[in-house]
Amino acid sequence: MENKIINNFSITIATVNGSGSQTANVTLLRALFKMGIPVSGKNLFPSNIQGLPTWYTIRVNKDGFIARRDEQEVVVSLNPASFIRDLDSVLTGGAFFYADDIKIPITRTDISIYPMPVKALARAADVSPSLRDYIANMVYVGVLAHMLGIDFEKIEQALDFHFKGKSQAIESNLKTIRAGSDWAIQNLNKIDPYSVEPMSATSEFIMADGNTAAALGAIYGGLQFAAWYPITPASTLAESLNIFLPQLRKTADGKQTYAVLQAEDELAAIGMAIGAGWGGLRAMTSTSGPGISLMAEYTGLAYYAEVPIVIWDVQRIGPSTGLPTRTAQGDLAEVYSLSHGDKQHVILLPGSIQECFEFGWKAFDLAEHLQTPVFVLSDLDLGMNQWMTRPFEYPESPLDRGKVLWEADLEKLNGVWGRYKDSDGDGIPYRTVPGNKHSSAAWFGRGAGHDENARYTEDAGTWEHNMLRLKKKYDTARILVPKPVIERHKDADIGIIVYGSSSPAAEEARVLLQKEKGQKTNFMRVRSLPYTSEVQNFIKQQKRIYIVEANRDGQMRQILSSVMPDQAPKFRSACHSDGLPLTARWVKNTILAQEEKE
Amino acid sequence: MTAPAPAQTNKAGLVKNDYRGLPSTLCSGCGHNSIASQIIAACYEMDIIPEEIMKFSGIGCSSKSPAYFLNRSFGFNGLHGRMSSLATGALFADTHLRAIGISGDGDTASIGLGGFKHMVRRNAPIVYVVENNGVYGLTKGQFSATAEVGLNLKHQGTNQYMPVDICMESLASNATFVARSFAGDAKQVKELLKAALSHRGVAVLDIISPCVTFNNEDNALHSYTWGKDHEAPLHEISFIPALDEIELIGEFPEGTVREVAMHDGSTVILKKLEKDYDPTSRANAFQMLEDAQKNDWLVTGLIFIDEKKPVLTDIYNLVDIPLNRLTMSDLRPSPETIAKINAMMF
Repeated sequence: MENKIINNFSITIATVNGSGSQTANVTLLRALFKMGIPVSGKNLFPSNIQGLPTWYTIRVNKDGFIARRDEQEVVVSLNPASFIRDLDSVLTGGAFFYADDIKIPITRTDISIYPMPVKALARAADVSPSLRDYIANMVYVGVLAHMLGIDFEKIEQALDFHFKGKSQAIESNLKTIRAGSDWAIQNLNKIDPYSVEPMSATSEFIMADGNTAAALGAIYGGLQFAAWYPITPASTLAESLNIFLPQLRKTADGKQTYAVLQAEDELAAIGMAIGAGWGGLRAMTSTSGPGISLMAEYTGLAYYAEVPIVIWDVQRIGPSTGLPTRTAQGDLAEVYSLSHGDKQHVILLPGSIQECFEFGWKAFDLAEHLQTPVFVLSDLDLGMNQWMTRPFEYPESPLDRGKVLWEADLEKLNGVWGRYKDSDGDGIPYRTVPGNKHSSAAWFGRGAGHDENARYTEDAGTWEHNMLRLKKKYDTARILVPKPVIERHKDADIGIIVYGSSSPAAEEARVLLQKEKGQKTNFMRVRSLPYTSEVQNFIKQQKRIYIVEANRDGQMRQILSSVMPDQAPKFRSACHSDGLPLTARWVKNTILAQEEKE
Repeated sequence: MTAPAPAQTNKAGLVKNDYRGLPSTLCSGCGHNSIASQIIAACYEMDIIPEEIMKFSGIGCSSKSPAYFLNRSFGFNGLHGRMSSLATGALFADTHLRAIGISGDGDTASIGLGGFKHMVRRNAPIVYVVENNGVYGLTKGQFSATAEVGLNLKHQGTNQYMPVDICMESLASNATFVARSFAGDAKQVKELLKAALSHRGVAVLDIISPCVTFNNEDNALHSYTWGKDHEAPLHEISFIPALDEIELIGEFPEGTVREVAMHDGSTVILKKLEKDYDPTSRANAFQMLEDAQKNDWLVTGLIFIDEKKPVLTDIYNLVDIPLNRLTMSDLRPSPETIAKINAMMF
């Protein structure tokens, strides 16, 4: 053990889905985080309740890089079905821990091999037989704790959080962890170089998942109505609303200022949200790709009738059923022009958990200000994995309810107003909502042709005039949506564009390109569509631009090419989609390979 | 020349004209137009303030009709078959408002059947009128899901499939108010509308409304002639607002009437015809609909009512002030909560 490798490696734990290993894995992740070491965890799980192989990968990185890595230095195998593959996946010089009841011959000699008596120690645990499989996972937590140097006190903190302070559950898990650790102390001789040591790099961070953050953001955004239909990986967003709304948004006498309704399908979910949005409520729905496809017709109605609504798309890989538990950024092109006829939609692209919170409230302000559907594109990686993130920040601006006229406003106008009239020249009309008792308040909403006063018309000129106003409104959105995050290098003429959950891989690749190849790059993380002037300026300044995204077709590249055709020859796609979050190595290699051809 | 009689003002201080809509663009003689007239009459007679009604519809001839009544009410003409969800969400905006939805048989029984049944099972507080003519009018005469077996249509041939019975579907979905009527029976339509407007919860009115253009052959179930010849009212129905109870009860001799108390204190009086029908029994209702189908009767009247089931929006224990009038202090948690929330994360 001459060359110790500290706080810079990846651990993969291979188990069987439904065996309860998630508790053990997240306990490890959280304990490492509490040790002050930058860490990330990716749950690579099947669409199945019980029985299929599942992997959890943890990356510890002293420099703070949190993108997924393909390379695994430490592998823990509890699943005979994936054993051979898991064994093969260990990097030379790495460590392989396995449950000793798996009797598959091990022929590798270039790695350290550590058997663990998982079954025997689980049997010895003081729990009911039904909990034995579950508690067995804690054996590897104990063995790893000793072999890698994970602090027991931090493990205890992680368990305390997970079991919400329930001392019996904490104690019985801890006992098994100790048993695993004690066994390792007596029986294993550490020969691999990997270990962890405390740092102080995480004290300004919290750990959360994007769906929780999105729900909380929506609540701070004044969410009043949410309708949803269960779908992986979006369900926990709505479920988080149900957890936090009662804590944050009930009046002193226990009354609700909100309603959350589980609809019969996604058609109804968005329909209800649009009804509520038309009624003057801050309304949202949350879904994933298949749900988005079902919501297409209703989205067009909201766009054309100009109803504010927020739609969260926690993307999974498609088309069709696809891989429901695997991530992708494959819905961008669909969402951008969802529904038939002419239109583009406002899209927010959170790139961190903190941004899931921020865009959670901001989306309502934009939707009501613009009177249009606002989509927020998260994905399974952001939505369901635990990430270290900056704490959530209280909204810096008050609610923007947009141009709503109430009785007193109409009185001042002598009741003269037009629902679809561009009075202010920004393409955004005024609206009234039901319950307004002024005799000029009412209007009849519809997806059919209408004039400035919301009257039905099939007049050709009126139709086109209205559609051009909607286009103008989209231009107004351009100055309101979140601006990109840009980092320039003074000597670079090559740019990288990225968005959403692919950002950590692209940011790390940028560092690797410079460190390993001296390749300097400028960097832009796009946070919204329509593109802002900053996006356009950045693009104009580059000689070549790599657009990094987790989809097959380079969807952001397609969109940017269509809106900036003169810039399109600069664009190179670094797109890849296999259901897993992108890695920095892949991004770096893809850019280098292309640069060699230029 | 004599001066026209001054328009009569109701207790809301409004005249009947205040309840009208735009001129209808439907075919002349369309059953839907007479239903619109009865909605106007019912709201006027019940002293409803038009601004306190929301109108909803889907797509189709029927769904155009909300434009032809209650001009001073908010309305939303949504998507084909999706009025149920649109209205369900809108009902939360201001629970002091009443809602009227107008749908058709294509809208409700074909494309929107799933959503319809879920709206019904949630007991969403809405008067849901199905203007049922057994045919797609706006697309020029295709079969709808309520068309009877054997119906012949010009370009479609003969319908081979059993019809969907909207009242039966409503009952099966635990509707709390189910009625059937015939657009040609204006008085009954109006009285049923009044009862429905007083009902707390979902009120489904399946109104056979002949299509004079595409489905009005004398032998067709959804025609005027057939309806007039085959209508078998369960009872003569009369709606008595809470305040008028005493003066009107005398119209019905003792022993032949059944009173149904509505949630708002008003009463629906059902005058017994030849048979004694109890609209508070779901089993009776199913049996009656089954018999009607077997015997080819168009049975009209109040088929089922249950005033006790909880209403969708009541289940949520909402604040009394309409949700859409809440402001930032009601809607955004206070700044000190954010530290607590961050502390709840790991």
